[in-house]
Amino acid sequence: MNLFRNVVFIAAIAGLVAGVVLACMQAYATVPLILKAEVYEQAGGGHEHEHAAAPAANAADTNAMNAMSAAPAEAAAPAEDEGWAPADGFERFAFSVLANIVTGIGFALVLVAVSEFAGGIGNWRQGVFWGLAGFAAFTLAPGLGLPPELPAMPAADLTQRQIWWWATVAATAAGLGLIAFRKSLPLAILAVALIVAPHIVGAPQPGSFETPIPEGLHHQFVVAVTVTNLVFWLVLGAVVGVVRGRFTGTATSLRDSFA
Amino acid sequence: MNTASVSLGDSVSSQSRFMQLVLSAFLGIFVIGVVGFSHIDAVHNAAHDYRHSMAFPCH
Repeated sequence: MNLFRNVVFIAAIAGLVAGVVLACMQAYATVPLILKAEVYEQAGGGHEHEHAAAPAANAADTNAMNAMSAAPAEAAAPAEDEGWAPADGFERFAFSVLANIVTGIGFALVLVAVSEFAGGIGNWRQGVFWGLAGFAAFTLAPGLGLPPELPAMPAADLTQRQIWWWATVAATAAGLGLIAFRKSLPLAILAVALIVAPHIVGAPQPGSFETPIPEGLHHQFVVAVTVTNLVFWLVLGAVVGVVRGRFTGTATSLRDSFA
Repeated sequence: MNTASVSLGDSVSSQSRFMQLVLSAFLGIFVIGVVGFSHIDAVHNAAHDYRHSMAFPCH
């Protein structure tokens, strides 16, 4: 399991670095918008998840909290309890950082494994191109049909959206791979069809788009999510290229057909 | 595999190489699935801000 060990080692370093970078960007770019949206969620009766109602809720929530107490019917349903949630503030932040690092390593494992089939990421520049491909497959393509959503936004059935998400990622990745590594026109056409197909099928949509979230806030969030993910993927790919180059002792360009 | 001299784990057979890479990829997908796609409430709440920030389907 020599190769497996190397892949895990490279992925662990790249995932750690990119995960920490992403967590820092999220703390400034996306999390403040999520917290703002939760104020609207509370004001709107917060039917879905009320973890922001923890004792450490923002001062800005106080009005919303008062409004909530006028509707004790919802609070009187402990069977609907959402279970444990991290306390607001440091604990919540710490779990976000942890999630970023752990899934960063997960994305890195997929990236390293797939790129090894294509000869491996030889240097940081090739890594940037692989990162762009990862961004296109994991953020851009699923984000077209299922835009980043804030709390209190309407959405279709969770499982169906998750299935569509994974199917879109797989189809887009396969399509990009065919375009990049197969020099054949019919396969390139098949690749375009693979990339387009999930959007013709269409993502599961909610019955109604009514939401208390202002459109400006949502738009800001979509931009923040897309840009932070782009930087995450570029860093992830570049770090994989650098670490792998150190590993093999050769940081030369391996493929003339790509990058 | 003419790039074998600079590949990772160049001493392993191609079949073993294939299996190990597939195993790595599945491990990665499993990790992403547990943290970002689990329906367990506690896992969802712990990674809530992360899920929203990654545009994973949530709620």
